[in-house]
Amino acid sequence: MESLTTWLKNLLADNSIFTLQTLSFYGEGLANTVQLVFLSLIIGLLLAIPLAIARGSKRAWIRLPIFFYCYVFRGTPLLVQLYLIYYGVVFVEGIQDTWLWVILEEPFVPALIAFTLNTGAYTTEIFRGAIKSTPRGEIEAARAYGMSWSLMLRRIVLPSAFRRALPAYGNEVIFMLHASAIASVVTIMDLTGAARFVYARFYAPFDAFLFVAAIYLCLTFGIIYLFRHLEKRLLAHLKPASG
Amino acid sequence: MINLHGYGPRLMEGALVTIELAVLSLILAIVLGLATASAKMSRSWALHRFATLYTTVIRGVPDLVLMMLLFFGGQIGINQVTDWLYYQFDIDIFINVNEFVAGVGTIGLIFGAYMGETFRGAFLAVDSGQIEAGRAYGMSHSLVFRRIRFPQMMRHALPGLSNNWMVLLKTTALVSVIGLSDMVKIASEASKATREPFTFMFIVAVIYLLIASVSEWGFARLQKRYDVGFEEVD
Repeated sequence: MESLTTWLKNLLADNSIFTLQTLSFYGEGLANTVQLVFLSLIIGLLLAIPLAIARGSKRAWIRLPIFFYCYVFRGTPLLVQLYLIYYGVVFVEGIQDTWLWVILEEPFVPALIAFTLNTGAYTTEIFRGAIKSTPRGEIEAARAYGMSWSLMLRRIVLPSAFRRALPAYGNEVIFMLHASAIASVVTIMDLTGAARFVYARFYAPFDAFLFVAAIYLCLTFGIIYLFRHLEKRLLAHLKPASG
Repeated sequence: MINLHGYGPRLMEGALVTIELAVLSLILAIVLGLATASAKMSRSWALHRFATLYTTVIRGVPDLVLMMLLFFGGQIGINQVTDWLYYQFDIDIFINVNEFVAGVGTIGLIFGAYMGETFRGAFLAVDSGQIEAGRAYGMSHSLVFRRIRFPQMMRHALPGLSNNWMVLLKTTALVSVIGLSDMVKIASEASKATREPFTFMFIVAVIYLLIASVSEWGFARLQKRYDVGFEEVD
């Protein structure tokens, strides 16, 4: 560790902007961005699976509210949703006296709620499409085997739907990473927040933003690589046959 | 019913700014997208490489970061160029990047990359025999584009185009961060002043939904028009 810091110090010696201090800002920003994106994706995914199943229900009182949720969250900008939750939460009657206020006071939690609800809506639609395109024959076969609805869902519909949803979900993950830049607007020190700080401190927009753009680019390529790898493994049966 | 505390007219002005911004950026994005698609399909190695670099970088970086880079960096860059012109050639000009131009430029630039991919796929979907037939009739390249390639390409491009437009519309909300008075910015100012965030943000959300719904309807009609001859049989 000691040698690493001296090595870094020497490397950064003739550089007035990218000092150890600003780099640690970027590091902190990276941690915040990854945390925010990862948590919202996981919770959003857990939210989306049951919603996607229920979205296809025959009962209108189950189907319509979910349709409405997806429509509203997909039809309005994430920034508006974030403002609504971030500014709005303060004005909920009496919330400042409850234990909830301790966690809601930090901008992190409202941002997490907004991101989760947003990605939840998009993911619901993605899975909805994937479930809908399950071949009819597979469902009939499962029925013919006497599988119950839940067993059929677990063994037949969901596994193949997940695979079909994978490419679209990969895009959603990248979209979420890019959307997380908005968190800097509500004073969260994410990657973009760090870049804004460095820009304001040194008045060096090119250095500050190009550096952070490069980090985002690397993260994006990492996600693309990961999903390509996953698709190769999970969608091997869909590959065109080659000589 | 809803008390807007006199912010109503300003909110409408903001909505107008949002729509203007979105439409102008869309036009820029379509132009850039057509250029990118052509560059990607051209035989020139350099053009192809450049277009690929453009689409990869733009699609890999968040909109907000690009917007800040171009807005904050753009002015400094332009100032450096005008300074250089002044010292070298004694030409004294001053160009001020305003938020609106920066917003249109950035959003257009970002979505040009997405449109490029959409148009490339659509161009490839047009049967090359059609183009050859047009050439055989002695049509010029631009006439082939206008009469044959474009109308047939649009059928394939429209679904992607309408998707891009929806995302673009929502991206316009980001210009409020760089200081342009669109409806999000006005609503957030109004929320802070009146301490009623729900009222204003709710109205903004409804306006966005309204624009999205209207454009969805418009795109469905356009699609019907370009689908002539390909309707599904009942």
